[in-house]
Amino acid sequence: MSVLAIVPCFNEQDSVAAVVADLHRHLPEADVLVVDDASTDGTRDIARLAGATVVSLCVNLGVGGAMRVGYRYADEHGYEQVLQVDGDGQHDSSQAPLLLDALGGADLVIGARFAGTGDYDVRGPRRWSMQLLAAVLSRRTRVRLTDTTSGFRATGPRATRLFARHYTAEYLGDTVEAIVLAHKAGLTITQVPVVMRARTTGRPSAHPVQAMLYLGRVALALVLSSVRKFP
Amino acid sequence: MTGVFLVGLIGAATTLLLIGELLRRRQLREKYAVLWLLVAPAIAVLALVPSLLDAAADVVGVADPVNLLLFLGVLVLLGVCLHLSWECSRLEEETRSLVEEVGLLRHRVDRLERP
Repeated sequence: MSVLAIVPCFNEQDSVAAVVADLHRHLPEADVLVVDDASTDGTRDIARLAGATVVSLCVNLGVGGAMRVGYRYADEHGYEQVLQVDGDGQHDSSQAPLLLDALGGADLVIGARFAGTGDYDVRGPRRWSMQLLAAVLSRRTRVRLTDTTSGFRATGPRATRLFARHYTAEYLGDTVEAIVLAHKAGLTITQVPVVMRARTTGRPSAHPVQAMLYLGRVALALVLSSVRKFP
Repeated sequence: MTGVFLVGLIGAATTLLLIGELLRRRQLREKYAVLWLLVAPAIAVLALVPSLLDAAADVVGVADPVNLLLFLGVLVLLGVCLHLSWECSRLEEETRSLVEEVGLLRHRVDRLERP
């Protein structure tokens, strides 16, 4: 079974080497593709030295853009399973086999942070946003989803092909719209509880104003995803 | 003919000339020019026959003809802005596809050139 782990990176020179090494250790059979989203630091060279295949973008596209590049690469090279892992080290690669195993019964597997395992916790408006997203998307897809913004995911061949063609670059589009898109395309979605690590670098945005703005964007993304035409 | 209408006429003529020149030099694509090419003659006609505006205001039920003119002007500008936003979104999507393609191609070139 050929597996590709995609790591979208934007200025992650302090963590990317460890992420790539962890993936090699826990998924020895997988190829690792780092999509360098026009980083201005040494992400590209460090990732290459760590043994990853690196595709570098010349303009910053955001996570959605970087991921579509990854899915296109996976589709062109005929990978059967694709794993998405953040470059900041918050996803624990030892959990990756759990996600890949779940692909046996689903096209899209989401590694969920609030599903019982681990102690990842957020509060206030940001938590409400996540709960709102989870409630609305669970209802729409008729699958219990508790962590829809998780960037720790795995896709089977059908979902990979779909995402290689249609994957929005808009903010939150990569998480929210991807789920709606997969559902509308008739794919099966499931979630697997995973343990998350604290970020090895960087800090989560926790400012109240930012969190409120985030809630607004979540609402907009939800409304748009419900009325948007999907190919 | 009062000065105001002369100003309108000169404005319309200048707009037409400017658009014509930009088109001639291939600096402006037709789809962006069409709207202005329609607006300019309309202004010229109104400048020549001001009573048309009064009649139109009467028909629509606007008390002051100038208000009708301003309202229509805002409407046209809104349309132009919307059109530009739309074109901008399309361009961004096209740019995105190109960046993705270039990234993938550069990777292939790197791999092929490696000894």
